[in-house]
Amino acid sequence: MNDKLREVLQAPVTGKGDLIPLLQKAQEAEGYVSEEAIYAIAEKLRIPASEVFGVLSFYAQFRLRPMGKHNVKICRGTACHVRGSPLIVTAVESELQLSGEDTTPDGLFTVEKIACFGACSLAPVMVVDGRTYGNLSPDKARRLIRKTAEEDHV
Amino acid sequence: MYSDYASLRAWAESEIARTRPPDRTRILVGLGTCGIAAGGLDVLAALREKLADMPVSAEIVPVGCIGMCFEEPLVDIVRPGEPRICYAKVTPKSIPTILEEHLLHDNVRKDLAFAVIGDEPYDGIPAWKQLPFFATQRRTVLRNCGFIDPESVAEYIVRDGYAALAKALFEMTPEAVIEEVKRSGLRGRGGAGFPTGMKWGFCRQSPGEHKYVICNADEGDPGAFMNRSVLEGDPHSVLEGLLIAAYAIGADHGYIYCRAEYPLAIVRLRKALEQARALGLLGEHIFGTDFSFDVTIKEGAGAFVCGEETALMASIEGKRGMPRPRPPFPAQKGLWGQPTNINNVETLNNIPPIILNGADWFASVGTEKSKGTKTFALTGKVVNSSLIEVPFGMTLREVIFGVGGGIANGRQFKAAQTGGPSGGCLSSEHLDWPIDYETLTKAGSIMGSGGLVVMDDSTCMVDVARFFLNFTQSESCGKCIPCRLGTKRMLEILERIVAGQGKMEDIDLLLELGETVKLGSLCGLGQTAPNPVLSTIRYFRDEYEAHIKEHRCPARVCKALITYRISEEKCTGCTLCARNCPVNAISGERKKVHVIDPAVCTRCDTCRQVCNFDAVLVE
Repeated sequence: MNDKLREVLQAPVTGKGDLIPLLQKAQEAEGYVSEEAIYAIAEKLRIPASEVFGVLSFYAQFRLRPMGKHNVKICRGTACHVRGSPLIVTAVESELQLSGEDTTPDGLFTVEKIACFGACSLAPVMVVDGRTYGNLSPDKARRLIRKTAEEDHV
Repeated sequence: MYSDYASLRAWAESEIARTRPPDRTRILVGLGTCGIAAGGLDVLAALREKLADMPVSAEIVPVGCIGMCFEEPLVDIVRPGEPRICYAKVTPKSIPTILEEHLLHDNVRKDLAFAVIGDEPYDGIPAWKQLPFFATQRRTVLRNCGFIDPESVAEYIVRDGYAALAKALFEMTPEAVIEEVKRSGLRGRGGAGFPTGMKWGFCRQSPGEHKYVICNADEGDPGAFMNRSVLEGDPHSVLEGLLIAAYAIGADHGYIYCRAEYPLAIVRLRKALEQARALGLLGEHIFGTDFSFDVTIKEGAGAFVCGEETALMASIEGKRGMPRPRPPFPAQKGLWGQPTNINNVETLNNIPPIILNGADWFASVGTEKSKGTKTFALTGKVVNSSLIEVPFGMTLREVIFGVGGGIANGRQFKAAQTGGPSGGCLSSEHLDWPIDYETLTKAGSIMGSGGLVVMDDSTCMVDVARFFLNFTQSESCGKCIPCRLGTKRMLEILERIVAGQGKMEDIDLLLELGETVKLGSLCGLGQTAPNPVLSTIRYFRDEYEAHIKEHRCPARVCKALITYRISEEKCTGCTLCARNCPVNAISGERKKVHVIDPAVCTRCDTCRQVCNFDAVLVE
């Protein structure tokens, strides 16, 4: 168990209403919600681990696998959709050879599809490692991924 | 701690005088999420760097979004005694010129300035109200966005902030507050449009040991960001609305349930709560009265259904966010079994001006049944992608072609989508219909929370219906079978149609399934999920039929029904497309016409976008 997670688990709780905030903090500490965290949270709140799992699997925010080193978020809002975001998704996924899973086998990239960033005037939009790139074309998106991967190898 | 409004106001004014000498220039930078996305932080860095080696004293103030997303990043300069000049589409490169000319040479560059944010034009630069974009807007909800530093409570107070709370506490009974809100005609801005005053009245009358008020800031519609802009640009106004609601209802605790995807909004809300507590505007004995109230921020964990009241409360209680049958209504038995009132961000934001200016003032704007103004995130194929606020009753045409500046790239208007995944698509026959709750419902859509996505002739309506259904299907919580399975089956049918494998019976099947899902679902998600499909069949049936009968996508969007071809007349043999094709589907020698192999082509559109001669045709 890492120190950050231990710290999260030491904070006082008042009841079941603390379950989701605890899961959020655990994910912040580890980058995902580990099996270890699930059992520890269950014990802390005195509820079955199955209930913790039931709640976390309901919400899109929680991950059960570690995040890749680079985080790519593609906006799938309506404005981005009508301005071509399906083509961006295809381009990024084919560039990283992803089919179905969201993280590359080497753990370098995680690709997420987000409901809306609200940067609609820049549609279609993609966020790479916290930085927003707008008015994308499939070609620009591919090059951005390649550039991010190359910089990593330098 | 202040026991009357005058002394709070005096504190705010002295605070501003202390931190902001009147002889100092102010530079306002739009740093909402949209401004940052457009490069606002790079502009801010360039500003700081340039100012450091200029012999002027100026203060940089980060402000929220003024709504002109299409002109971001925005920088405004206000010199003492001069109007506020707004520069649009500012880049780090243009910063040195703007600053030197404006601050050192007294030369406001007309070619770079966009407008005066003030009443009068200045030196040939138009006043903002003269621009078609702003001329017909009316800012009540957005009154402070882009005008105040959202992290400064003093700036909020000197613009009459917390005056409405003081008025309610000192001059009005809770019943009088509810009566005022009822008379104003304010309806819930989250989508359903239930009269706010009535909702408050029910909750006040319900017996309960504790009562709760909740601000629903779980804005989850793809393509909507009105609430986010308000939370980021004017967080105290939402808090003040919540405080007044709590006083009216008799609640002692409140929650703000905000999407975790809005980190900046959450930071600003937390800050606002701290500031309010420090001033005695939150906590025990607010303004020295018997009214005590505090607020907890809850971060939503990413479930669209949690926008629904009962699901939202389940989520705060630490459960899966699934709705439950009503009655009992939240006003009777809500959070932790106690009477609870839930209002959307924009609804609460309307409350302080209603209390301060009176119900008649509010009701003087809008239509008979839809009073006041409404914010919209105007996006899609429109020239001015923006956040706007217009009076109810304005026509769709006035909004799209007036405020929105028309359709981008000179194309044809096809449809406008309101209400997000719960709403529907309106066609050109609705352009002159007024925008209000009843009219939109009559047209087969809903008001929703304010997403307004414009579509042109290059948008495929069957694909749009599939897009929304794909969203609601994956967001269905699974409790009601018609919603869980019905949306899935409808999505499968739509996928068949866009793949060119649809049958004519499919259209009737979609209509039948759609009605069943609407009737057989507990909550708003299921009851409205079929709307995008039903409304597109209603107004764009010909597109469905073209996909099914002719295996043709009229907008040339659906991949299975289109092919890419290179025009022999236009191709110059520059090889650009072949070099950029990710699957090597294009062959041809330099200076000779190129050819696409349809068996290899993935229809990724790259060749068409890179071609400088419009030689790539989609058929």
